[in-house]
Amino acid sequence: MYAQMVQSEATQDDPEKLAAFQARIDAGEKIEPKDWMPEGYRKTLIRQIGQHAHSEIVGQLPEGNWITRAPTLERKAILLAKVQDEAGHGLYLYCAAETMGVSRDELTEMLLDGRMKYSSIFNYPTLNWADIGAVGWLVDGAAIMNQVPLQRTSFGPYSRAMIRICKEESFHARQGFDAIRKMAEGTSAQKKMAQDAVNRLWFPALMMFGPSDKDSVHSAQSMAWKIKINTNDELRQKFVDQTVPQIEFLGLDLPDPTIKWNEERGHYDYSDPDWSEFFEVIKGNGPCNVDRLAARNKAWDDGAWVRDGLLAHSRKKAARQHAAE
Amino acid sequence: MKNEWPLWEIFIRGQHGMSHRHVGSLHAPDAEMAIKNARDVYTRRNEGVSIWVVEANHIAASSPSDKGPLYEPSESKVYRHPTFFDIPEEVGAM
Repeated sequence: MYAQMVQSEATQDDPEKLAAFQARIDAGEKIEPKDWMPEGYRKTLIRQIGQHAHSEIVGQLPEGNWITRAPTLERKAILLAKVQDEAGHGLYLYCAAETMGVSRDELTEMLLDGRMKYSSIFNYPTLNWADIGAVGWLVDGAAIMNQVPLQRTSFGPYSRAMIRICKEESFHARQGFDAIRKMAEGTSAQKKMAQDAVNRLWFPALMMFGPSDKDSVHSAQSMAWKIKINTNDELRQKFVDQTVPQIEFLGLDLPDPTIKWNEERGHYDYSDPDWSEFFEVIKGNGPCNVDRLAARNKAWDDGAWVRDGLLAHSRKKAARQHAAE
Repeated sequence: MKNEWPLWEIFIRGQHGMSHRHVGSLHAPDAEMAIKNARDVYTRRNEGVSIWVVEANHIAASSPSDKGPLYEPSESKVYRHPTFFDIPEEVGAM
């Protein structure tokens, strides 16, 4: 998902406190920042929420890439609004992480020097306008699968951030579907582009849910703490089941020839993505890893004088006001 | 600490006649910028008609461990609720 392979921390707290904490979670209570929490819960959530926030921010890059080249003024305005939403989502999530005692600058630095990750999906390029439609429809569609259940997560600030995000996210998926539908119903060249975008982005979208359950070692503790609600494979299956009929509606070919309705399971069968490619991308060897991090580092460095200047101005103003009193 | 902008808590009045409600927080160098940023971050879809911003370190909060002393006393005072009193039907609406 937007947070993949988040390692959960073992916890070495007082067993009595741990049991009381687990009982609160089991009873459906929300944990708030000032409440007692196990160190492992805190660390795991900082990592998870931080990674999610970084994904929202880095996720602006592949789409921002097409704002100036959107085919119509209306599409440009829509894409601009969507990319602005992503910035907002990043901010909601950073604030949620900060309530656990990590600073914004620390989170930013950990992204910039590679200590923290963002979703593997944003290391793939958006080569043409059809990709922008496919990203909104498939990538945001996959994100929604994970974010909807996370509205019920145990940590109050995270849950509230997810509720805000989910309200805005369905606009993202719909505008993407609308854009690619236009192309799928267009000239044969446009339809070809739509098909090509779906073919290229299908498996990277499936990777967003993280490794298969049998290889997913961090799930049990996170699920007990309700910071992960469904397993990776459950969410991936749900995404496939929802998306296959949409691809068929568009009149496009399925991007994976093994996709087939399985009457017995009541689900579509499908092929796993190439997990070796996924691990390479996570390690930093995807097509755009270097560009993405370079772009974020440049933005941070180029913005330093603005951050410092505004802070200096506000301090000077406060000092002047203080002197006048 | 480095030059990090302070954290502001944001309160939005959703409609005329309603109270301001806490919606989240953000970083800004001063109050004026906090209001401008809050407008971009929290009211992109007509969510508000008025914004309050308060620097987070100016907010005093009760502690979770005070829950008992603060709220338990009211639990035994059921007579504070109108439903505690039986009003005969012939009296009518009250």
